[in-house]
Amino acid sequence: MDQKETQRLMGYSVPLQRLFVRIGVLPFLLVIALIVFGSLSSRFLTTENLITVARQATYLAIVAMGQMLALLTGGFDLSVGKIVAITSVITALTMAPLHAAHPDATAITLTLGILAGIGAGTFVGVVNGVGVAVFNVSPFMMTLGTATISFGIALTLTSGVPVYGLPDAFGTIFNFSRILDIPSPVYVTAGLFVAMYILLNWTRMGRYFYAVGGNLKASRLSGIDTRFYLFMAYVLCGALASVAGALLTARLETGEANIGASMPLDSIAACVIGGVSLRGGIGSVGNVVLGAIFIGLIQNGMDLAQIQSYLQEVVIGVLLILAVIADQLRQFVMLRLKD
Amino acid sequence: MATETLAPAEGVGAGPTPPTPILQAQAVSKQFPGVLALDRVDFELRAGEVHVLFGENGAGKSTLIQILAGVHVPTDGSIRFRDEPLALQGVHHARTLGISAVFQEFSLVPTLTVEENLFLGAELTSRGFLDKSEVHRRADDILKRLGFPLRPRQRVQDLTRAEQQMVEIAKAFRTDLSVLILDEPTASLTDREAQRLFAMIEQAKARGVGVVYVTHRMSEISHLGDRVTVLRDGKRVATLDVAEADDERLLQLMTGRVISQVFPKIAYRPERPLLEVSGLTTADHLVRNLSLVVRAGEVVGIAGLVGSGKSVAGRACFGLESLASGRVVFDGHDVTGRSAREMLDRGAFYLPPDRREEGLVMMRSVRENVALPWLGARPFTRFGFLDRGSERSKVRDVADRLNLQPRNIERDPERLSGGNQQKVLLAKGLVSAVKLFILDEPTVGVDVGTRVAIYGFIRDLCESGAGVLLISSDLPEILHLTNRTYVMYRGDLRAELAGEEITQDRVLANFFERTRA
Repeated sequence: MDQKETQRLMGYSVPLQRLFVRIGVLPFLLVIALIVFGSLSSRFLTTENLITVARQATYLAIVAMGQMLALLTGGFDLSVGKIVAITSVITALTMAPLHAAHPDATAITLTLGILAGIGAGTFVGVVNGVGVAVFNVSPFMMTLGTATISFGIALTLTSGVPVYGLPDAFGTIFNFSRILDIPSPVYVTAGLFVAMYILLNWTRMGRYFYAVGGNLKASRLSGIDTRFYLFMAYVLCGALASVAGALLTARLETGEANIGASMPLDSIAACVIGGVSLRGGIGSVGNVVLGAIFIGLIQNGMDLAQIQSYLQEVVIGVLLILAVIADQLRQFVMLRLKD
Repeated sequence: MATETLAPAEGVGAGPTPPTPILQAQAVSKQFPGVLALDRVDFELRAGEVHVLFGENGAGKSTLIQILAGVHVPTDGSIRFRDEPLALQGVHHARTLGISAVFQEFSLVPTLTVEENLFLGAELTSRGFLDKSEVHRRADDILKRLGFPLRPRQRVQDLTRAEQQMVEIAKAFRTDLSVLILDEPTASLTDREAQRLFAMIEQAKARGVGVVYVTHRMSEISHLGDRVTVLRDGKRVATLDVAEADDERLLQLMTGRVISQVFPKIAYRPERPLLEVSGLTTADHLVRNLSLVVRAGEVVGIAGLVGSGKSVAGRACFGLESLASGRVVFDGHDVTGRSAREMLDRGAFYLPPDRREEGLVMMRSVRENVALPWLGARPFTRFGFLDRGSERSKVRDVADRLNLQPRNIERDPERLSGGNQQKVLLAKGLVSAVKLFILDEPTVGVDVGTRVAIYGFIRDLCESGAGVLLISSDLPEILHLTNRTYVMYRGDLRAELAGEEITQDRVLANFFERTRA
């Protein structure tokens, strides 16, 4: 074939290829998105708008960091959306009656409500972990099952109606308040990011997540309790998703069973666009957060460009597929450039 | 060596020898990323002969038959079939020409039945629908003709490995067969099954089929073979008539060098027992009533064929198999049924035979791989956090000692040569104080340079007072490195040989079925 021709053409772009191999597809996508939306709308590149993007992206970023753990170990978690939902419902159902009975005990009400919600969400993660790690249920079936169960419970508890009557302070503290002009959820996300960064890069547990996903048998022979780390990946994923659920509840000021539906797909998309391997063992948390921000940027940019939301779904789907293809291409180029 | 039960097949040299090659490889090379697996190899197969391919692991036998069977396309060189140039486009293409291979990895779909597997990819149809009754009739026909005790409607997953191999062979006989390629076919067969296979090969031979037979069992060469081609490091070393190929000659051709250059002299100083195994039987009965001792300062071998249970024995010592009975004592502590974690912490290290499957996390760096078993303790962890600085320096030290190429510990093993991957695997045992090394096929698929380096390390380890349990299918390794050797046969301990007793004849004599009256 015309292999020589291809080779010649590729020869010109070697520096670009090296850059592509090193940093992946995401930075290219980010730059393209900034240019495209910047030229479509003058409001896009304003500080205020970028802060809005950051705020909108926080929930996805948190969920995606959890999703990343499941992906690193070679699985994934389809229940993150319903974990968000059940956290929201339990948080609200705990807070509302407490607030009605003791309107002045706001601090206790908030603490108990948040703990109950995050506890419920984390419990779903525990169930996932037990199923995957102990009973060897495939992550697909396990998390699909718990997603359905959680959703059913959330709907039953609320009869499908939003739960009102949360203390105002909840929304004030965890949504509206700003420090140095930056909304509080962004700080929560930043804190979790730092924690995740340390966990993945500077602790044994983080290292084991990579190892277990990279080669389960080799990890076992290296004396790693592979079940425990598989289990922990789903527990932490559930915990992170439920933090996002609590923050979303504060933002909506109601408990809703119907939120988070797009979270499983979006979080996996953020991870994959951020370079996490679907086969496990590869990924960096910084790029995952960038992936989430990228998706937020796209949605925001399309909003400003007045692209209707149904069409936005199409764009996200296309981007996801393109990111995967780009990653394959990267592997290919990497082999080709191998010294 | 042991005389076998089969009637010796005389070379066809006596009869009319029409030297009509059906299949020829001419100066065939195959380059894989980082490895030249075949280097300008010539090979010729005549009609009606059994041509044995002989050589060590990694010598290129598999690559050559995979090229002949259409699995791989050669990087260079050409294939001729019935004196016509041939460019194989895949296994299916080869099969339509009557070139069929039975690999050790079966190409069967476990959930389908025998007859469905036989006609997979060549389904019989009538008017666009599957003609199931015709498939059934024809499958039954093939199995009867070959004398295989299989029912066409059995599911393949319910069959034993030997029966699955019969299905593979039957698949080869589905079309008009002219070349049959068999890759260590007796590895998983009982003796009776092997006899039947041999008879079938004779039958095929008589019908003018050319048979390529890959084996490392020397006894089979003299029984079955007409000619033998020895490969080493991807090159063809020699092709000889079986009549002139005695065992000694073959071994020398296979290893290809003066033995003393490869194997170091080891000063054994056996001291206290490190590992004491008594009456060990695994839950799956792949190892029965095994007792052995490894002392500090010695290299103890376990020899045996594939499937002799020697590998399982090593795993059982390291706590990787569930046990039915028996006791494992390590360094004075009863560790029967303890976890790999505890064995590592007590100072035992197990090197698995398949680095890709069980040894290395291919996409993580050399540094992470080497440190992986030891992260729980200093110097790798301090105050609950990884100490990446001392991790780096520790791993760099070992990389220097092992002469890792390239000396970049941040590179992932995926992009290292096989020999360097094996060094990384060995390095995992060198960053901590390990008293006992259980090495299962430590030199499988590595080049001779690495092989020499690994042997050097085994010597150093032994002389510095560690105990080494060397599990190996590589006979010269057993002969020249160990001061004591156990030989296993189908799950049982057959013999224990020490010092001067460890000779090729005595080890091999225990490899095979004893002639039972």
